[in-house]
Amino acid sequence: MSLISRLAEKSWETPGIDRYREPDSYRPAAATVGVYVYFGVATVIFTLLAAAYLVRMGVPGAVDHGTGDDWRPMPEPPLLWINTAILLLSSLAWEAATRASRRDDVPRMRTMVLAGNALGLLFLVGQVLLWWHYQTAGYYLSANPANAFFYLLTAIHGLHLAGGIFAGGRTLGQMAIRADGQRICRNVRLCTIYWHYLLAVWLLLAALLVAT
Amino acid sequence: MATTIADDLRPMHHPKTWVGKYVWSQDHKVIAIQYGVTAIAIGLVALVLSVLMRLQLGFPGLFPWIQPENYLQYVSMHGMIMVVYLLTALLLGGFGNYMIPLMIGARDMVFPFVNMLSYWIYLLSVLVLVSGFFVPGGPTGAGWTLYPPQAISEGTPGNQWGIVTMLGSLAIFIIAFTMGGLNYVTTVLQARTRGMTLMRMPLTVWGIFIASIMGLLAFPALFVAAIMMLLDHLLGSSFFMPAMMTMGQESSTQGGSPLLFQHLFWFFGHPEVYIVALPAFGIVSDLISVHARKNIFGYRMMVWAIVVIGGLSFLVWAHHMYVSGMNPYFGFFFATSTLIIAIPTAIKVYNWLLTLWRGDIHLRVPMLFAIAFLFTFIHGGLTGLFLGNVSVDVPLSDTFFVVGHFHMVMGVSPILVIFGAIYHWYPKITGRMWNETLGQIHFWVTFLGVYAVYLPMHYLGILGVPRRYYALGETSFIPESAHLANEAISVAAIVVFAAQFLFFYNMIWSYFRGPKADPNPWGAASLEWQTPETPPGHGNWGPRLPTVYRWAYDYSVPHAARDFIAQNEPPSADAPSEEVLP
Repeated sequence: MSLISRLAEKSWETPGIDRYREPDSYRPAAATVGVYVYFGVATVIFTLLAAAYLVRMGVPGAVDHGTGDDWRPMPEPPLLWINTAILLLSSLAWEAATRASRRDDVPRMRTMVLAGNALGLLFLVGQVLLWWHYQTAGYYLSANPANAFFYLLTAIHGLHLAGGIFAGGRTLGQMAIRADGQRICRNVRLCTIYWHYLLAVWLLLAALLVAT
Repeated sequence: MATTIADDLRPMHHPKTWVGKYVWSQDHKVIAIQYGVTAIAIGLVALVLSVLMRLQLGFPGLFPWIQPENYLQYVSMHGMIMVVYLLTALLLGGFGNYMIPLMIGARDMVFPFVNMLSYWIYLLSVLVLVSGFFVPGGPTGAGWTLYPPQAISEGTPGNQWGIVTMLGSLAIFIIAFTMGGLNYVTTVLQARTRGMTLMRMPLTVWGIFIASIMGLLAFPALFVAAIMMLLDHLLGSSFFMPAMMTMGQESSTQGGSPLLFQHLFWFFGHPEVYIVALPAFGIVSDLISVHARKNIFGYRMMVWAIVVIGGLSFLVWAHHMYVSGMNPYFGFFFATSTLIIAIPTAIKVYNWLLTLWRGDIHLRVPMLFAIAFLFTFIHGGLTGLFLGNVSVDVPLSDTFFVVGHFHMVMGVSPILVIFGAIYHWYPKITGRMWNETLGQIHFWVTFLGVYAVYLPMHYLGILGVPRRYYALGETSFIPESAHLANEAISVAAIVVFAAQFLFFYNMIWSYFRGPKADPNPWGAASLEWQTPETPPGHGNWGPRLPTVYRWAYDYSVPHAARDFIAQNEPPSADAPSEEVLP
């Protein structure tokens, strides 16, 4: 049933049960729904940060109220692109893990989950190196709003990815103790979606940082 | 495929020890009570602060230990505690936790561990907030809106430490709320029992469900704003801090946008009004329907109105900023969207009135509070129409008219519903009945008392009496009668404050000594009253989940055996029976 027709149901006219199946015969797992609902929360966080970024930068003619005169864009070191490539590879590894899980190819799934987590961790290390690079070059947080936004955005994105690595690590743990296979497959799929989501967020953030 | 927890007892967490049952509990009912008690405890602190404010306003100079900075700190802490730590936590963490699984026929929330975590992180946020009273300089006195640059500049009370504990506490609270909110939303979507379609859910669940979604989408704005202001304050960035002179010296900051903070704050702040109001709308619909023995009028319209209000409330935030300066077209847009919200809201009010119309009204304490809500909500809603218009808002901004308006519409109204709801569900939650006489006295003193407090404030505001002023002093445009009105308001406020102890006494005494309650004393049709045990046991439903055959409002159905038909009663039972027919 579509959402519209569900919300149009005249529930007072139609008592009875025969039309309704057992709910767990058609519902997705609660964890899946929980992750999708969380995407809503994270999207609002990153959208508002991006909006604040543009306002503070003072988009000429649109949201310019005297701010932005002090905005000095940051340089784009090659490390930024290396990190982006690592995150892309990490996401691809998770995708491969999901495909392996669909074919019941357990060894490949395990390798790919390991690779996805390791590359995710490598991305975080790379981000810290990027911070260190900027710090040594004198781009301090307090020196310029562009710098402050960079640190804030990468920190919040990094924390989200750290949460993903925690979940990915738990999935590895479940594989090690040979937990319920269905559950492992579901968690691998959820991690994959989550990684793709964070990759998309990172690409948009990077585009924002580069374009301005 | 995968199973949800609601379908099966096995994956549930079965506590063995007292600590596991009542402290580190994963049972939604225990967590709800933990949330509720904590919220009410911190709410009492805010209530005491409001009495201190009234002492100063009613009798300026009589209490020399209330200094101007103390007064500002009382105002700020009172506002933030009441809105976030009491109302949001009690309505969603408390009632949401208790009611959602019981009303939709689930055994627990879908993520019980996260639910437990949510409470303990909430408690941490409350402790961090309270620590603000003990840090050097005391809590922040920036007003509950915490506008920069003043919130973190010299001259504002608590601008060093108090503001840090406040912002930190808010960030922690939002993490706790997000955990809880994910649970409430996912539980409503995933754990409804067989036959519980979306449109068979009681309106209480609808209100809490939509408010939770709104909270998940609105609190991030406050989170982002709090983190950015913390960075400004602690690490010297200038997101919000413009170039300015403080104490005769140029600040190190430049270029920041205080307006940016206001936009972020109110992008959270306005939906927050409805995060508090929608659960109250839902609960009051159920109270009115049960105690008037009539089905709710226009059920579908009520659901749609909740959804529409939820959506529209994200498009009106800048009506809090008319005096901050904005493009006139923005003012026009936000005034229009604000007035459009009056349509679904008015639909709800008419539907409540039409539910009462020719109903079999039982004026028991919960119903009295529900009807009182209609008075205060209509009153506060109408003054909202004044303030929604730019040209009327500008002169009334920052006066006591605004204080009267928002206390009526989002202070008193949800609190009256909360009282009604506690009286209504107390027999189910504790298994005992409260004292009717004490309840009646509590109601009448509270209801008449809040009118004595907030009605005169509108007149003060029209006279131009400003809010957040420590003392009015010698001001020619404020007549002597305004000072007299301030005294009367303070006396009324103290009486209302004292009356609340009747409520606490009634609740605590009845918990130990009250008569055993009937499992369904009001004859309600919704699922939470049909549990095999009262109070509901762990897992709520015994060996089998209930099956739902009808909506939640089958009251006074012609030819039915009783004047209500429970949601889990099979259809054969409402076939005409010999005894009932004349």
